[in-house]
Amino acid sequence: MSPCSSIAGSLTLVRQLGALSLGAVLLLSACGKGGGGASGDSIPVGEYACLTGLTASFGTASHNGVTLVMEKANASGGVLGKKIRLITEDDQSKPGEAATAARKLISRDQVVALLGEIASSRSLEAGPIAQQSKIPMISPGSTNLKVTQIGDYIFRVCFIDPFQGEVMAKFSLNSLHKTKVAVLTDVRQDYSVGLAAAYKDYFTKHGGTVVAEQSYSSGDQDFKAQLTSIKGANPEAIFVPGYYNEVGLIARQSRELGITVPLMGGDGWDSPTLTQIGGPAIDGDYFANHFSTDDTSPIVQGFVKDYRAHFQKDPDGMAALGYDAAGVLLDAMKRAGSADPQKLRDAIAATKKYEGVTGTITINEQRNATKSAKVLTIKDGKFHYVETIAP
Amino acid sequence: MSQFIQQLINGLSLGSIYALIALGYTMIYGVLRFINFAHGDVYMVGAFSGYYLGRWLINSLGMQSSVLLLVVVLVGAMIFCALAGLVIERLAYRPLRNSPRLTVLITAIGVSLFLEYSGQVFFGADPKPFPALIPDRLISFGGLTFTNKGLIVLGVTIVLLIGLTFVVRKTKMGMAMRALSFNPTACSLMGINNNVIISFTFGLGSALAAAAGILSSLNYPVITPLMGLLPGIKAFVAAVLGGIGNIPGAALGGLILGVAETMIVGYGDRIHVPPSYRDAVAFVLLIAILLFKPSGLLGKGTVEKV
Repeated sequence: MSPCSSIAGSLTLVRQLGALSLGAVLLLSACGKGGGGASGDSIPVGEYACLTGLTASFGTASHNGVTLVMEKANASGGVLGKKIRLITEDDQSKPGEAATAARKLISRDQVVALLGEIASSRSLEAGPIAQQSKIPMISPGSTNLKVTQIGDYIFRVCFIDPFQGEVMAKFSLNSLHKTKVAVLTDVRQDYSVGLAAAYKDYFTKHGGTVVAEQSYSSGDQDFKAQLTSIKGANPEAIFVPGYYNEVGLIARQSRELGITVPLMGGDGWDSPTLTQIGGPAIDGDYFANHFSTDDTSPIVQGFVKDYRAHFQKDPDGMAALGYDAAGVLLDAMKRAGSADPQKLRDAIAATKKYEGVTGTITINEQRNATKSAKVLTIKDGKFHYVETIAP
Repeated sequence: MSQFIQQLINGLSLGSIYALIALGYTMIYGVLRFINFAHGDVYMVGAFSGYYLGRWLINSLGMQSSVLLLVVVLVGAMIFCALAGLVIERLAYRPLRNSPRLTVLITAIGVSLFLEYSGQVFFGADPKPFPALIPDRLISFGGLTFTNKGLIVLGVTIVLLIGLTFVVRKTKMGMAMRALSFNPTACSLMGINNNVIISFTFGLGSALAAAAGILSSLNYPVITPLMGLLPGIKAFVAAVLGGIGNIPGAALGGLILGVAETMIVGYGDRIHVPPSYRDAVAFVLLIAILLFKPSGLLGKGTVEKV
């Protein structure tokens, strides 16, 4: 019996007396900080994800990946002799909700670690809470640079925006042999602005020219004015580092204006909704991603097979990242030999050459994953692997 | 030059969607002297009813994308929204018939929020791809391109504009609507059932909103429960711009707004206005029109007796 549960026991007594409830709450939160949550026969692990709302397709995919890992671990006897108890909170893709979810998981459920979020803006919201409570947090898919700068308890298993921008700049120069591009940025998303800046930086330093720069705000529906201006500048390709909803519309409208050059983007494109909206207009375009189902390595093919058996569909990049985030966490737990948040943090920070489905993951000093990116193309509504670009 | 004309075409096709939403807005105001803030959300309900109807027709009945499919979905969504409009009027506005105008206005905002968030519960908040009701066609000559869908929107706007003017000016129902807007008490003294006229106006206005929802989703095939928010506000601006209550004025206001927005995005850089200011254009125009011609471009100035 841990001190924590005895306090919880006396808590009901205090409640019955109907007094000192404030004191009891204080005691409870103090207990949460102590991190005694791993007592009992299970280890509580928290996850917050956007299971509903605007980016629901991201959140549900990564959640599927996480549950797959946890189920597999529990089926083979758990970790450190205990079962993993995954507690998931839905932040509804809304600003503000991610912080609430993280707070709830840490103080009420006393989780030993947090997994989440995909969207950088929401990881930036919940991160400081994890950092303050000294609970390690692993983000599956937040690529914005600032996320892991929150503090030494915040990690990620994906690559970062500057790298993604560079990858696409390399790809347009070396593989597509394009030297004149236009850039169309979503000014309302940190993600898009960061990607565009990194792309332009690398591209112009290595002999390319940006012939037109235009912007839009997420939620816009009409992009013809921007695209008409871009068409006037005669680019050989257009870099659109946005999210799938707008990109689908942009692809349609660019073809409607008679623009035939390829569009390129980042992992924000990775959703089946992209091809549903874009239809044939999006065919032949390219984007950087974390993962490809075409990868022939046995570890990836095993994951694809398990995922299909569980969810009756193909995994996407976010599912693979969720899978790797949970995998890195359990791997660290085994190496630490303990579920104490402090020791867990040290073990995650020491992750080296972890064989994940999104590549070989090494956590560097900035608590980011260093690994290569994959470039995919779209044909007949399906994503196909083109090449891997190393850091 | 050809780029400028292309931008003009872009602006007109965007503006005709605003015009279409503004028609219903302005008609309800013209008759009832009441700004229906829920109009943009009826537009959303129209788009979603078209989404479910269209998918059902394509998947279960195996209909191909064609003009017939578009007409069936358009009429179906218009009927559905007309009924929804009647229900909204009956439940939310009729009990307030004799309340101060502000009460009704705030109730309209309530109805708007109710529709938006019920939409998130029933349809889900994630964006949905709208089915392709008609095949894509690209018409181009001399470096200019426009789509068949853009032309359909413009055509439908003009047809509805003429039809609506005809209903209001030439039919018995229209005469009753004008009488009601002039003086409700005198109108009922003449043996006109005001409730019937008001219900009819709401039904017609909601059907127009549904038409706008379908045609806009045809052009921009992503629909969400909050999609009506911004177009609703812009259509309101368009209606005020043209002179609220004036039917041709609403269409004109919509077209001007669409062209102005497109030009700001296309050429704003030259006068140091970033393209993200496109949504602000509507409100700058609104303020300007309220300052210099409060009755709107085609509105009649009214003399207020003191």
